[in-house]
Amino acid sequence: MSEFEPKIVAFLCNWCSYAAADSAGTSRKAYPANIRVIRVMCSGRVEPDFILKAFKEGADGVLICGCHPGDCHYLEGNYKTERRAALLHTLLDQFGIEPERFRLEWISASEGERFVTVMAEMVEKIKSIGPMRLELKAVN
Amino acid sequence: MSDKAKMKIGIYWAASCGGCDVVTTHINEKILDLIEVADIVFWPCAMDFKYDDLRQMADGEMDVCLFNGAIRNSDHEELAELIRKKSKVLIAFGSCACFGGIPGLSNVTTAEESIRRAYLEEPTTLNPEKVLPRLEVRAPEGDLTLPRIWDTVHTLKQVVDVDYFVPGCPPTAELTGSAVDAIISGKLPPAGSVIAGNKALCDECDKVKKNEMRMIEFKAPWETEIDPEQCLMEQGIVCSGPATRSGCGAQCTKVNMPCRGCFGPPDGVEDQGAALLGAIASVVSPPAGKSIDDVFSGLRDPLGLFYRFSLADSMLRRTKISK
Ligand code: SF4
Ligand code: SF4
Ligand code: FES
Repeated sequence: MSEFEPKIVAFLCNWCSYAAADSAGTSRKAYPANIRVIRVMCSGRVEPDFILKAFKEGADGVLICGCHPGDCHYLEGNYKTERRAALLHTLLDQFGIEPERFRLEWISASEGERFVTVMAEMVEKIKSIGPMRLELKAVN
Repeated sequence: MSDKAKMKIGIYWAASCGGCDVVTTHINEKILDLIEVADIVFWPCAMDFKYDDLRQMADGEMDVCLFNGAIRNSDHEELAELIRKKSKVLIAFGSCACFGGIPGLSNVTTAEESIRRAYLEEPTTLNPEKVLPRLEVRAPEGDLTLPRIWDTVHTLKQVVDVDYFVPGCPPTAELTGSAVDAIISGKLPPAGSVIAGNKALCDECDKVKKNEMRMIEFKAPWETEIDPEQCLMEQGIVCSGPATRSGCGAQCTKVNMPCRGCFGPPDGVEDQGAALLGAIASVVSPPAGKSIDDVFSGLRDPLGLFYRFSLADSMLRRTKISK
């Protein structure tokens, strides 16, 4: 059997974390191909149903990355993200989705190295938990 | 009007409590207008109809059928399909048919666990011989069968095409009346419409915001003395108003009870629970010395609260079944 290759969706805010991914790229640092990047203007743009939808559509893990507290380009977007994420973790747990499948990280534009580390860690973590396997339509 | 031109109407129930059938009689004198122009040709809850009466109808013979209740076993599914075939217009009537409603909350568990709980563990159940329902029983008179219960409760729309939705647990007499008026006059809204408001409930609630929507702790309605003028959310009481469709006249908040979301999500919102989570997260602000997690730990059972009526219709539909 071939090794499980998780699908991981990463929402990256344009001003910090996406720039970090970019700088990782320009300095030729490799990160696993399991990450599907979605660029958003601010981590605060990521509404809770985006996360649920990602899981529904087959993601094994979801990341939100934004600017460090105090650094959000829109001042408070990431504080909102933090509060949502805290409540989402409880909700996902109730849905039977392992809390590790959803992670929030602050990664600034200059942290290309950390970006790569976080992505690699996430892939390893999800590989160890296994595939998601949601049974949305279970009849009988 | 001659009998020949009379409309044919049906009312059916699947997984529901019967409240929706009751509310159809609350339209008072309008029921006289209705039976003036329509014959009720199928209503097993109120009159003696058999499935065969339905099977013998021609396809599309019923002009309108009001279908209440969620779909949670093979019998519900079979009847939903049969009724769909026999009706020109199928209306999902009430929160259970529209969103799964309260029965949809059993999507946090499985059929097996629900049966075990109901027949063996409920403190009010007396079942010393541990009798469990069986799908087939051989009796001297012949073989008896029961419908198969599913792990996952479905909405009507997840099983058959639905033309209109009338939400509410139960729908209000006013909305039922306007649905009946539309049926009688033939002036039905565009197919797929929800017969209710289309904004958020906060829009028709007259409570006012006094502290710029800041929530510092969570309380149950009975744990605090409610200021009847102020928005309940600001008073620490989770209210589904921001994530719920208007149209009921804010009947719960009017009597200082928080909305629980029985009208489902407003237009443009796919997942009512996620929308409410977002609304709460944006107003919570921990007081000095407390963390966000401290505040959220005071919120009991977010899933049951956020998806009180719409779990079966939500993005994830149910909790993960570990197999
Ligand atoms: S949150 Fe509830 S109490 Fe506050 S305005 Fe909205 S419906 Fe009214
Ligand atoms: S206030 Fe909310 S729970 Fe109460 S009837 Fe209206 S929609 Fe339903
Ligand atoms: S812009 Fe980066 S978190 Fe808001």
